[in-house]
Amino acid sequence: MQDISVTKPSRTSDRFVDLFLSDYFILYMSLAYVAVLAPFLPILLAPANIVNILSNMWPLLIVAIGQTFVLAIAGIDLSQGATVAITSVVGAMLITTSVSPDVLSNAPIWGSVLTEAGGPLAGVSSGVGLAILAMVVVATLIGFLNGLAIAVLNMPAFMVTLVSMITISAFAIWITQSENIARLPESFIALGKGDIVSVYFGAKDESQIARKVIYSLVTWPMVIALTVAVVAHVLLNRTVFGRQVLAIGINRKAAEISGVPVRRVIVLVFVISAICAALASVLYSARLEAGRPTLGEGAFLLDVIGAAVIGGTSLFGGKAKILWTFFGVVFFVLLSNTLNLMNLSSFQVDMVKGGVILSAALLDVVRTRLLRERTR
Amino acid sequence: MTAILTLDGLSKSWFGVPAVSDLSFAVREGSVLGLIGQNGAGKSTLMNMIGGVVAPTAGAMRWRGQPYQPTSAADATRAGIAFIHQELNLFTNLSIAENLFIDAFPRRFGLIQRGAIAHRTAQILARLALQADPGTAVGRLSPGERQLVEIAKAIHNDASLIIFDEPTTSLTPRETERLFETIALLRAEGRTVIYISHILSDVKRLCDDIVVLRDGVKVDEGAAADFDVPHMIRSMIGRDLAGLYPPRSAAPTSEVVLEAHGLTQPGVLQDVSLTVARGEIVGLFGLMGAGRSELARALFGLDPVASGEIRLAGAALPPGPRGRISAGMAFVTENRREEGLMMDAAIADNLALVALESFGRTPARLVDTAAIRDQTEAAKRDLGIKAGDISVQPVKALSGGNQQKVVIGKWQMEAPKLFLLDEPTRGVDVGAKFEIYALADRLAAQGGGILFISSELDELMGMADRIVVMNRGEVMGEALRADFDRTRILSLAFREVAA
Repeated sequence: MQDISVTKPSRTSDRFVDLFLSDYFILYMSLAYVAVLAPFLPILLAPANIVNILSNMWPLLIVAIGQTFVLAIAGIDLSQGATVAITSVVGAMLITTSVSPDVLSNAPIWGSVLTEAGGPLAGVSSGVGLAILAMVVVATLIGFLNGLAIAVLNMPAFMVTLVSMITISAFAIWITQSENIARLPESFIALGKGDIVSVYFGAKDESQIARKVIYSLVTWPMVIALTVAVVAHVLLNRTVFGRQVLAIGINRKAAEISGVPVRRVIVLVFVISAICAALASVLYSARLEAGRPTLGEGAFLLDVIGAAVIGGTSLFGGKAKILWTFFGVVFFVLLSNTLNLMNLSSFQVDMVKGGVILSAALLDVVRTRLLRERTR
Repeated sequence: MTAILTLDGLSKSWFGVPAVSDLSFAVREGSVLGLIGQNGAGKSTLMNMIGGVVAPTAGAMRWRGQPYQPTSAADATRAGIAFIHQELNLFTNLSIAENLFIDAFPRRFGLIQRGAIAHRTAQILARLALQADPGTAVGRLSPGERQLVEIAKAIHNDASLIIFDEPTTSLTPRETERLFETIALLRAEGRTVIYISHILSDVKRLCDDIVVLRDGVKVDEGAAADFDVPHMIRSMIGRDLAGLYPPRSAAPTSEVVLEAHGLTQPGVLQDVSLTVARGEIVGLFGLMGAGRSELARALFGLDPVASGEIRLAGAALPPGPRGRISAGMAFVTENRREEGLMMDAAIADNLALVALESFGRTPARLVDTAAIRDQTEAAKRDLGIKAGDISVQPVKALSGGNQQKVVIGKWQMEAPKLFLLDEPTRGVDVGAKFEIYALADRLAAQGGGILFISSELDELMGMADRIVVMNRGEVMGEALRADFDRTRILSLAFREVAA
C-alpha cells in the first residue's frame, strides 16, 4: 500500500502558509525589509535614525492599540485623529505658562481660559497631572458618545465616527483659530522626549560630549507606550472583558443571546479607543512642545488603521492581538522612515502607504481564506 | 465483472479526527453500488476524495487497474467520473445545449457551431426520453428535468462512473420513478453508478451491492439481496433502533418552574398562558408562523411583549437575555449558525461563553484558563462531543449533531432551571437525534423544566409529557401524554376545531 500520509506540513507551500499565518509574519517582513534596504541606505541603521524611528513609533503604537479593540468588534473608529487634536489643545491651554496676544487674541477661548499669564493651571503644583486627567476625561466623553450612538442607537460606526472626526476637528481648530498653544512646562515636555537611560558610543576620555552624540535608549514615551501595550494585551487576551470583545466580533447575535453585555462592551471599546488617542496626544504634544489643533489630520488615520490591519487584526472582527499591532506599527514606522530617507516627498510617501494598506486589506482577505481552508 | 474503481486503505483525517479510515472496497463495472451511512459517516469526504477535491492522508485508489490520484475536479471528469449533486451545478440562464457544452464549445472561425450542438444535445435528450428543445433555458425546467440535464451532461462527457448524491430530495414521486428508469438505462448501457441516499427502500430496490459506512469505517458490505431495511439501519447506527426515542427516566414533578400569563404582543402573540414544571418536557407544536419561536424569544427577553407576566420559580424576571440567564433560563435557538454559535471560534471558547463571567477572578476579572480547560473538557466528555483538540478546532468543523451538543453544553455550564429548546434536532441525523433526546431527558430528570419546540409531531409525541398547540400566536389547546392523539393535535394546529 502506498502511503501518502503526512501529519506535519512538509511541502514547501505548506511551510510558506504556516509562515504566512504566523503571529510573527510581519516582524519577519520588517526584518527582511531592513536587510534588503540597509546596504543601499546605510543611514537606516545609524543610531540617530534608530532613535528617530523609535520616537515616531511609541505614540502611533498607543493609538493603534485603541483601534485594535474597535476592529476586534468589527467596528472602526475614524475619530481618533480628531481626539488627539482636541485633547492636545485642551491639555496645552490648561498648562501653558504664557501666551502671546499676537497669536491667540482672536481665539474664542482668549480671555476666559487663556490670558497672557498662560492657562488656569499654569504654575499650579500638580497642574500637569490635572491637565492630563482633563485630556483623558474629554476623550472618555467622546468615546462614550460614539459608543452610545453605535451600541444603543444602532448607528453604523463608520458614519458616527466620521461625523465625530469632522465636528471635533473643526471645533479644535475654531477654538484656537488654528494656532498652536506653545510654552508648555518642562515636566510635561519631558513626557514626550525625556530620556531615562542614554548611551554614548564615543571615546571615554572626551571631556566634553556634544548633545548630538548621546543617544536615547530608554525614554518616557517608550515606558508609557509599553505599559499601555502590556495592559492592553492582558485586557484583550486574559480578561472576561477581552473575551467578550472577541465574541462580539465573531458573532454579535450569538454573544447577545449567550448573555454578553453587548452594548456595555461596545461603549467601553470606544472609550478605550478615545483614551488611547488622548494618551498618544500627551506624547505628540510634549514632543512638539505645543498644543496643536491640526494634529492627527491627513494620513494619520491611514497609519493607524494600516498598522493594525497589516499586523493581522481582521477588519471583519473577532481576530485581534496586541502583539500583531505592535509588529504592524514597527513595519509602518520603518516604511515611513525609509521612504523619507529616500528623499521622497510627503505626497509620494502617502501614495506608497496607500498601496501598502490596500495590500494589507488584501492580506486580511487571503489570510481569512487560508485559515478557512485549513479548518475545513 | 472487473472492478472499475478500487479503494485501498483510503484514509482522511481533519485535526487528528479521522473522517474516513482505512477504507477498502471495489466498485464492479456496470453495477449500481449503494452507499449508505448517517451524516458524518464519511460519505462526503469519500466522494470528495474520488472527485479530486480533497487529497487522502493515506491509502490509494485505482481506476481501471491504474493508479488514480486526482488533484482537481477536472482530473475526475477526464477519467470519466461524473457527480450528480443535491444542488445541481447548472447555469439556469443558459439553454440545455449550452449547459452541456459549457466547458468546450465546438467552434468554427471563432464562432460557436450552434447547429452541431443542438443536434448532439437532441440525440442525448432522446436517449433519456426528455422531451425538451435543446434551446430551452434550464431555468424553465422542473427539478426532475434539470437533473436529467445533469445526467445528459455526464453522458456527453462520456462518463463511465456516475455518482448520485441524494438525488431524490427535491423530486416528486413521478420524477423519482423516472430517475430510477434512467439509472436502469445507464446501467444497461454498461455505465457504473454509485447511489448515495438516506431513503433505504430506494437503495434496496435500485442497487446491486451495498456498502455501509459508520464513523468513517466500512462496517458492512454485500449484495443488496442480502440486506433488508432493518439490517441497513442496524449497520448504520450500530444498534437496533428499537425505540427512536429513549424511555423517559423520571416523571415530572408538580412544582411549577415557568409560569407565563396572558402574554400579548399585537400581531405576534395573543393572550398566551403556559406553565412548565420541574422535570417536565412540554412540547410546543404548531405550523410555520404559529408563533412558537416568537413565544420563545419573548420568554427569553429578546422581543418585547405589550402585556402579560412571566415568572420563573415564582419570581418575576429581570429584563433582557442577561436578566433571564441570571434567573436560570437557557435558550437553544432554532438558528444554530447565526444565533447559537461562534462558528469560527474554537469549541472550548463556545462552550465557555455563557458561563464566561463566572470564570473571571477578581479584581481584574482575569480569566481562569485552567478552570475553563477543565470544565470544557469535562463537558466534551459528558456530552460525547466528537472532536479533536477543542481549544483549537473551530465549531464549524463539527457535524450538525455535535454542533448542537456544543450549544446545549454551553448552557448546561450554568445549570439552568428552564431550557427553551427551539427545533433542537433540525439538521441533525438519526443517531445524533437520539443523543439529543437522551440529553433532553437527562436535563429533565435532573430537575430542569424543558419547553421543546418542534415541527415534527412524532418527536414531540415521543418525548413530551404534555403538548401545547399554537396557531397564529394563540394557544389552541393542549394534550397530556396519556391522550396524545395525532389527529386531534394536527386539527388544533390547523385550527379546524375549537379546543
